[in-house]
Formats: sequence, structure tokens, C-alpha cells
Amino acid sequence: MLDSIFIIFMFQLVGEATQKYFALPVPGPVIGLVLMLVCLLWTKRTNLPLIADQRDRLVTNSQQLLGYLSLLFVPIGVGVIMHLQLLEAQLARIIAVITIGTIVTMVFTAFIFLKIGGGAKDE
Amino acid sequence: MNEAAKLYQVWVYLQAEPLFWLTLTIGAYLLANKLYQASGLFPLLNPVAVSILLVSACLMAFGVEYERYFDGAKFIHFLLGPTTVALAVPIYLNWAVILKTRRAILISVSLGSLFAIGITFAIAHLLQLDPVTIKSLLPRNVTAPIAMGISEIIGGVPSLTAIITIVTGIVGAAFGTFVLDLFRIRNMAARGFAFGLASHGIGTARAMSRDNQAGVFAAVAMGLSGIVTAAIIPLVFIMLRDVLGAAG
Repeated sequence: MLDSIFIIFMFQLVGEATQKYFALPVPGPVIGLVLMLVCLLWTKRTNLPLIADQRDRLVTNSQQLLGYLSLLFVPIGVGVIMHLQLLEAQLARIIAVITIGTIVTMVFTAFIFLKIGGGAKDE
Repeated sequence: MNEAAKLYQVWVYLQAEPLFWLTLTIGAYLLANKLYQASGLFPLLNPVAVSILLVSACLMAFGVEYERYFDGAKFIHFLLGPTTVALAVPIYLNWAVILKTRRAILISVSLGSLFAIGITFAIAHLLQLDPVTIKSLLPRNVTAPIAMGISEIIGGVPSLTAIITIVTGIVGAAFGTFVLDLFRIRNMAARGFAFGLASHGIGTARAMSRDNQAGVFAAVAMGLSGIVTAAIIPLVFIMLRDVLGAAG
């Protein structure tokens, strides 16, 4: 467990440092995600038994962490409720933009994805 | 000293410590999850939305400021970064499927992201929201840390964008299943993809809780749309600047 946490933190750390150094518009954790993905795919290809063990643990522990993804949005979400007065007069219109925009975007994206053949079992 | 005064002292001590707020947050989440399970995964009882309401109600009832609460709850908030990194794992596990679908993924992410920005701008402009609010709304479909960064670059208000982003996620997670059913989109890859693109991490969490394949495509769409949106919004913004200027 602890080694997996260390690995994930290290990737985030390198991601954050890269983002700051090159002043990239993409957040550090996303860069960390890409770097960890590259490493996972690369170590699978080289297939060293020692690393394979480590990788299996990292996979299991990451999945456990992802199981709590929803919980992590609660702290900022509470800020939404507590700071509602910030939106004042525009509140109803902002909610209209969000609701209509989100629903229409979902349907559009799902249709495009299917149209291009993303849903096919074998492309 | 009487009993009430002693209890009050305990409360004064506890509410200044992170432990109390962490326990409250986790407790509210477990309770919201129980409720969600008991309702047969009823979308409107989305566990994120319900736990947020439960915690907010407690804070209001006891007159606690948000800043004090967040000072404790920030330890949970901190895990958003490492969990974003951990999203590499579902992508890694399904790499073969993703490679097979790469053409559809790349085209849908690009068109979907452009569409999300366009429709947000169109409705916001139509409803005559002020320019700063419109700028804060534009990156709303991507994950909060990316959206806040974009908002800052184009002259929006990052904290307003954070609020808008969370609401977008909850709306997507709560209504997505119903809307996609209505349009008879049953393909799990397409459904997950739409959840991840339109409502980022909260939508992805919802997709993951329902179906493994949907979860994977949600994670892919969320990650890629974040990167694509961060690249195109500043460009689109330059093109729309005249219109925004006229609206102000």
C-alpha cells in the first residue's frame, strides 16, 4: 500500500514540477496521469518479474482509491452551497446554462461517438 | 462549572480540529451512499449531492464558517490530485480496447469539447449573462483544477468556475442516465464517454459505479477533454472576444 502511495505521489510531484517549469496550461496531476500510464505500458512490455509484482499492487491500490472518487468532491461542493450568494441575481440563468448545456453535450457526444463507430465491438 | 459549559468547551475544542470535519464528511458520505443503495441507485439521490447537502445543513445549523470546515476537510480535498493520477490504471487495463477505438475517441473528444464550449457560450449569451460570468462558465465541463486554470487565463473568476464545475458534474451524474435512456443510447462505451466528457470526475464516478466499460471510457473522455479544452478555449476566446466585448 505505502509503496503504491509513494509511486502515485511521485508521479504527481513530477507532473506538478513539469507544469510549473514549462508553464503548461494542463494541470500537474493530468501530466502525472500520462506519465504513469506510459510507465505502466512500458514496464508491461519489458515484463521484469520484480516490477510486475509492484505493478499489480499499484493497480489494485489505485482501483481502491478510485472507489472513493465521489467522496473527494464533497469539500469543494459544500463551498458551493455556502457561497451561493456569490451568484445572486444570475443564479437561475447560470443553472439554466449548466443544465441545458450538460444534457445537450451528453447526447451530442454519445451520438458522435456511435456515428464514428466507437461503439463497435471490432473496428 | 456546570455540565452545559463543559460540553461547550469540548465543542469549541473539537470544531477547531480537522478530525471533527473529516469525520463529519466521511459520515455524511457513508449515509448518502446507504440512502443511494437503498433507493435502488435513484439518480436524483446522487451521493455527492446528498452528502454536500448534509454537511452544509450541519454547518448552517451550528453557524460554522466554510473556511473553518475546509481547513479540516482539505485533507480529503488533497486526495483529488493523487486520484487523478490513479486514473491511469483503468486506462492502462483497457489499453487494447482504447487503441482499437482511437479514431472514434479522438474525433469525439475534439468535436464534443468544441460543442460543449459553443453551446455554453450560445446559451449564456442568449440569457445575457455578464462577460465575466460567461468566461467563468466556458470551461465548466472539465475537471475542476483544469477548469479553474483555464478560467484564470481567459479572465473569468476561478472560484466561480469551481462552483459551476461541481454543479455541472452533479447535473450530469443525476440526469445523464435518464437522458441517454430517453435517446435510446444503450452502448456502454458511448454512455461512459458522454458522462466523462460532459460532467468530468463526478460523471466518471457515476459511470464507474454502474459499469466497468462505461467507467473506462468516461475516464478516457474526461482526461482527454481536459487536455483538449485547455488547448482550445484560449484560441476560441480570442475569436469571441469582440462579441463578449460588445455584450459588456
